[in-house]
Amino acid sequence: MLVRNESAVAQQAGATSAGAAPVAGGEPSYLTARKGIGSWLYTIDHKRIGLMYLVAVLTFFLIAGVFALMVRMELLNQAKDIVDADTYNKLFTLHGAMMVFLVIIPSVPATLGNFLIPLMLGAKDVAFPRLNLWSFYIYCFGAVFLVYSIAAGSFDTGWTFYTPYSTTTSTEVISATTGAFILGFSSILTGLNFIVTIHKMRAPGQTWTKLPLFVWATYATSVIQVLATPVLAITLCLLMMERLFGIGIFDPAMGGDPVLFQHFFWFYSHPAVYIMILPGFGIISEIITINSRKHIFGYKAVALSSVAIAIIGFLVWGHHMFVSGQSELVSVIFSFLTYAVAIPTAIKVFSWVATMYGGSIRLTAPMWYALSFLFLFTIGGLTGLFLGALSVDVHLHDTYFVVAHFHYVMMGGTIVAFIGGLHHWWAKMTGRMYNEASAKIACALIFIGFNVTFFTQFILGSKGMPRRYYTYLPEFHSLHVISTVGSWILAAGLFTTLGCFIASLMKGARAPQNPWGGLSLEWATQTPPIEHNFHHQIVVTSGPYDFPEIQTTTTNSHNVKGH
Amino acid sequence: MSDLIHDQTPLAQAHNVTSGAADHGGHGAGHSRHLAHHFNSMSQQNASAKLGMWLFLAQELLFFSGLFLMYALGRYFYPETFLAAHELLDWKLGAVNTVVLLFSSLTMALAIRGAQTNNQKSIVTNLVLTIVCACAFLVIKYFEYSHKFHVGLLPGKYFSANLSELGLHHIPADFAPGVFFGVYFVMTGAHGIHVLVGIGLMIWLLVRARRGDFEPQSYAALENTGLYWHLVDLIWIYLFPLLYLVR
Repeated sequence: MLVRNESAVAQQAGATSAGAAPVAGGEPSYLTARKGIGSWLYTIDHKRIGLMYLVAVLTFFLIAGVFALMVRMELLNQAKDIVDADTYNKLFTLHGAMMVFLVIIPSVPATLGNFLIPLMLGAKDVAFPRLNLWSFYIYCFGAVFLVYSIAAGSFDTGWTFYTPYSTTTSTEVISATTGAFILGFSSILTGLNFIVTIHKMRAPGQTWTKLPLFVWATYATSVIQVLATPVLAITLCLLMMERLFGIGIFDPAMGGDPVLFQHFFWFYSHPAVYIMILPGFGIISEIITINSRKHIFGYKAVALSSVAIAIIGFLVWGHHMFVSGQSELVSVIFSFLTYAVAIPTAIKVFSWVATMYGGSIRLTAPMWYALSFLFLFTIGGLTGLFLGALSVDVHLHDTYFVVAHFHYVMMGGTIVAFIGGLHHWWAKMTGRMYNEASAKIACALIFIGFNVTFFTQFILGSKGMPRRYYTYLPEFHSLHVISTVGSWILAAGLFTTLGCFIASLMKGARAPQNPWGGLSLEWATQTPPIEHNFHHQIVVTSGPYDFPEIQTTTTNSHNVKGH
Repeated sequence: MSDLIHDQTPLAQAHNVTSGAADHGGHGAGHSRHLAHHFNSMSQQNASAKLGMWLFLAQELLFFSGLFLMYALGRYFYPETFLAAHELLDWKLGAVNTVVLLFSSLTMALAIRGAQTNNQKSIVTNLVLTIVCACAFLVIKYFEYSHKFHVGLLPGKYFSANLSELGLHHIPADFAPGVFFGVYFVMTGAHGIHVLVGIGLMIWLLVRARRGDFEPQSYAALENTGLYWHLVDLIWIYLFPLLYLVR
């Protein structure tokens, strides 16, 4: 079916890029245009930088994933299994800190975003290519500090670095916070680069309503990156000052306030949750639309809901402090605003479902991931409302319910979307196809493993199992065993995915220019793209979702009406 | 950040040359030597650099906003402390520094004006003046800091000054001078680091100006550094009354 569609789609993509000559074919791709290790290390090509980020992000995903497996392994029994209590504290801290700062935040924007944004805009590169390379090296530099802190004895504060513990523990808090501080700058500069790119580098004719929704989602993400991350930077600076010089701002003994740290921290870290999930939304919009062969339902609503989430996301941080002693009035307002985020989020979910309704759905592997995302993210989002409700949160706060909720959003949402997106654009990035059957097996394993691991944690949490504990009461044992077994299934799925990608690189079939029949501009250039993306300046005449199948359907319905 | 204030470096130039052959898009022969390979026109390039810089300034503001919040809370909790402790700062030195920074903003603006009117000598002279002012600011700051270190006016747990010796006789009941000096050192320290970065940027601009890099059509680096410098100035204009002139 894909093959049958291809000529029509190629034609359509050609029409989108009016004036573009047929692909020359002779010009080498960005992967082969330059040779040698230096051509990668000094590259200012957004596509190569995207791939370098991808390697780095996946490496840290593996490491932080292994930490998670060790945490689950330890929880298999109440007694000590593999590590002692102190090591356990370090393991979950490292898992959280690395997953947040090194994996999920850069995952989609820095890898797929870097690779795709200029292509989707018909541009030759991002607005500031050297800044882009700098961002990557700043990321690496920050990662060195985090890895150093592990080598130097690690830290055990949880990824949230809450005071007063973080100012008194003897573990490596300084190097870890320095790492997070530096990583923040990488994130800010990437966001800044994308905002300018999206404003200034769009192809002629590509108005804001002709942008692919992935671009809209990345735009909203970038706004949060630029405006929220500096607050994390100053927070971590103050934390370091507190530790090094005892300035006392978070220390009640000297007139400070430890809850102030929580306000500071969550002013960044709650918007950061949307830095993590919004790009995933963008990927899902692309995958579902392209595989339903139908114009996305409510384009403007989906696009603007990303922006709405970004804006409201700045105003909900207090819902992390319902039990930290903030005033009741403030808690009520934060609870209300938290509920308000559910509206634009639900608009997206409804639009995706409505897009599939009546569509001609192709169940490719990316579509499997998108459907998994819909299921998992819906659970993650709805349980967020439980936690946003004041009375319920008092019961669920700091239990496994919270752990399960944010894993459903971060892992079941962002990571699943990320892996789906990697499959979707794998052909464009590498020029190779992956094996459809093994990709689907991996997806199924991930879906099952994930639910087994984390759905049990909703039950554990609602029964009162507190988070971050090394051991537990006997009645929680069986659920912990199920959860740990689930983590093995999940790991098996992820390793299958890795194997699938490696096999594709080794012996995958050559990918055609446009394997999925996409109309956004990244499909209008050759696969893999040439170094400067396009042979000619693209001129955009139609939207990214005006699939040829739509024309037929509307004509038919008109005919029916006419008779 | 270097992209925002650079128009072209050797690396990008090399890139431009090699990519020229692959570029069938048809760049006109008359294009500026400052145009990077991935832009279509100088106006697109300049507008991008400027938007990038404004976004950078936005994140700078949010960075400092945390410090201003810290100040506001400190003053809200300890109004008496802030009122008493501010007398331990030398408002005359603060005032001199304010004038110095304001003057440096003027010379920075004149340097940009020099680029607009293609007055190369004016660019260089005014940049040198700006650098001199920035250094003067830091020297004065150095004397203020070293005096405070000497008498023990230090943040938090290191505060060890003998207050009556320093002439402070009215000491409020819940006096928390460590908080005030924590706020003072963190805020002026963060500002001072920004001044240092500004000096570095202006030295680099000076090297480029002497090379004749700035022309009426191409001075984005100069203008963006100017924007940065005005922000640094502006932050000091808030810091001075908030810290030195508490009433």
